[in-house]
Amino acid sequence: MDERPRTGGSPDPGTPPRTAGGRPYADGPGTAGPPPPTGHLRQADGPRPAEHQRPTEHPRPADRLRTLRSGLRVYGLIAAMWMRSTMTYRASFAITALGNLAATSFDFVVILLMFTHVDSLAGYSLPEIALLYGAAGTAFGLADLAMGSMDRLGRRVRDGTLDTLLVRPAPVLAQVAADRFALRRLGRITQGLLVLGYALLTLDIAWTPLKAAMVPMMLLSGAAIFASMFVAGAAFQFVAQDAAEVQNSFTYGGNTLLQYPPTVFAKDLVRGVTFVVPLAFVNWLPALHVLGRPYPLDLPHWLAFTPPLVAALCCALAGAAWRAGLRTYRSTGS
Amino acid sequence: MTEEATDTAEPVRTADLIELEGVEKVFDVRRRTGLVRREKTRVRAVDGISFTVPRGEMVGYIGPNGAGKSTTIKMLTGILTPSGGRLRVAGIDPSRERTRLARRIGVVFGQRTTLWWDLPLIDSYRLVHRMYRIPDARYRQNLERCVELLDLGALLDVPVRQLSLGQRMRGDIAAALLHDPEVLYLDEPTIGLDVVSKAKVREFLRDLNTERATTVLLTTHDLTDIEQLCKRVMVIDHGRLVYDGTLAGLHEVAPGERTLVVDLDRRLPPIEVAGARPVRVEGPRQWLAFPASASAAPIVAALAADYPLVDLSVREPDIESVIAKMYAERPTAP
Repeated sequence: MDERPRTGGSPDPGTPPRTAGGRPYADGPGTAGPPPPTGHLRQADGPRPAEHQRPTEHPRPADRLRTLRSGLRVYGLIAAMWMRSTMTYRASFAITALGNLAATSFDFVVILLMFTHVDSLAGYSLPEIALLYGAAGTAFGLADLAMGSMDRLGRRVRDGTLDTLLVRPAPVLAQVAADRFALRRLGRITQGLLVLGYALLTLDIAWTPLKAAMVPMMLLSGAAIFASMFVAGAAFQFVAQDAAEVQNSFTYGGNTLLQYPPTVFAKDLVRGVTFVVPLAFVNWLPALHVLGRPYPLDLPHWLAFTPPLVAALCCALAGAAWRAGLRTYRSTGS
Repeated sequence: MTEEATDTAEPVRTADLIELEGVEKVFDVRRRTGLVRREKTRVRAVDGISFTVPRGEMVGYIGPNGAGKSTTIKMLTGILTPSGGRLRVAGIDPSRERTRLARRIGVVFGQRTTLWWDLPLIDSYRLVHRMYRIPDARYRQNLERCVELLDLGALLDVPVRQLSLGQRMRGDIAAALLHDPEVLYLDEPTIGLDVVSKAKVREFLRDLNTERATTVLLTTHDLTDIEQLCKRVMVIDHGRLVYDGTLAGLHEVAPGERTLVVDLDRRLPPIEVAGARPVRVEGPRQWLAFPASASAAPIVAALAADYPLVDLSVREPDIESVIAKMYAERPTAP
């Protein structure tokens, strides 16, 4: 440092006395209105040495909870704003939502066409396939609605716009997820629910309260599993910024896969989506139990009740991956 | 506020709002050298910087491209985590308590917007209002003030993407100030703006600093920004602070040269005129250098008398040349 020509230096003899620094807050001319903001903040900031030693590297559960609450609040704020802005053009919204519904519906039309030629697909009847399809579609639709914007993260990392989210007093995950919140994605959920409704009406099942409860459970934990995949995929994009398609293959691809019964697929693939990427817990395991169908890979039937646990585990892992990804970003920059 | 200290372990509260002590930032840059082989090089973007900024001061932070200006700003906002050293803004360690700090700072990136791109300007402000939990009355006052001084009235309902660069910059500055930050960081706030917009932005910042005693740290390429706004200027080059003092002092250390660009009506040998020396000839156009402290008038008069002048313009020394000069005239080599 000394070898550099630090002429001037501070305090520079030539510098006029720093009145601005010493002056607590200048109540300049024309600011009759609000009291200068720095005043109260400065006082409030006085004796708080304890906070400096707070080990934020390992946040306490209370901190986690506060972050979660703040995240949900900010998510709500941003999403609400996008909804309001969508609703200013109602007709346009109606058209895109219907288009979304139609596009996803074609998907199921293909299956219907298939069944005009065959009576069963890999041993499953149309209503049974419809149950798998509706459950996967609805769960995925919910996750897509809530987290579908996550695949834009790679681009944000590339062009550096993630920086602008990091200077706001809100969790980055919530800000990324809620960005461009698109109600038109309701189309997919609607279609999923319609197919699911058709399945539940036509299926001949001996309903018990437990089996009935499994349907909503399947949708919610399935949505959580898919959502965790969106988050984990986004976390991966911190490292590989062009990996949006890898993420899509697990989310959109996973959804397509789950619309068919496991008997259609090779055992190794089924093994993979059970033990490696737990997609099987979205609809296969709970739905096959409801249908009274044998499990693939000779899995035990009690696994039908584990999706909420698996979902919780997935979310925890995805959260950890996200934090790790964000940490690499913050130590390397763009 | 002196160091005479209290016996307790409490940190001494000084008037310094920003404190840096030997702050470093090292990036690992991986470069592909073979098919699979990768070479890791370490880049010291910021190499041990120490300075303090008292509350209410307005400081220019300048340096050539890649000198480490933006990296410093990113560490001060908590976007990047320093590799070493100690850094405090308003007593907060930015990288550890990013969200807590975010409420107390405002950031404007010249190159990218913090506004929501597809939404009307006013929507961004409403969101900031809720996100920062700004009291309603305070929000209204601040918004009115910004709208009036930055001339935003007609722009509030325009989507951000339709704003011109100058309009967007003003919009961004307003968004950064709605929550009454104690510190405002401006990263190249006048880049790409026309003369009128530049003047408007500068005037607003000056008023902000005098009336509200907001501490302002601004990076820029434009020495005029510094001349008109900052009493103090810090120069950074290759990650090190090479100057910290007044702008006048900077010119003393490294007296820059202004350039006179002369268009003659035909090709002529290099112009010979008292007080300036020819530096470049390109067809009928010639470049003359003269000391920044000297007046251009006598030179121009002499030129007009002896040469067939078509046009001429004066160029101010840019930061790069001032810094280059500083190195050239440095008494001791490193």
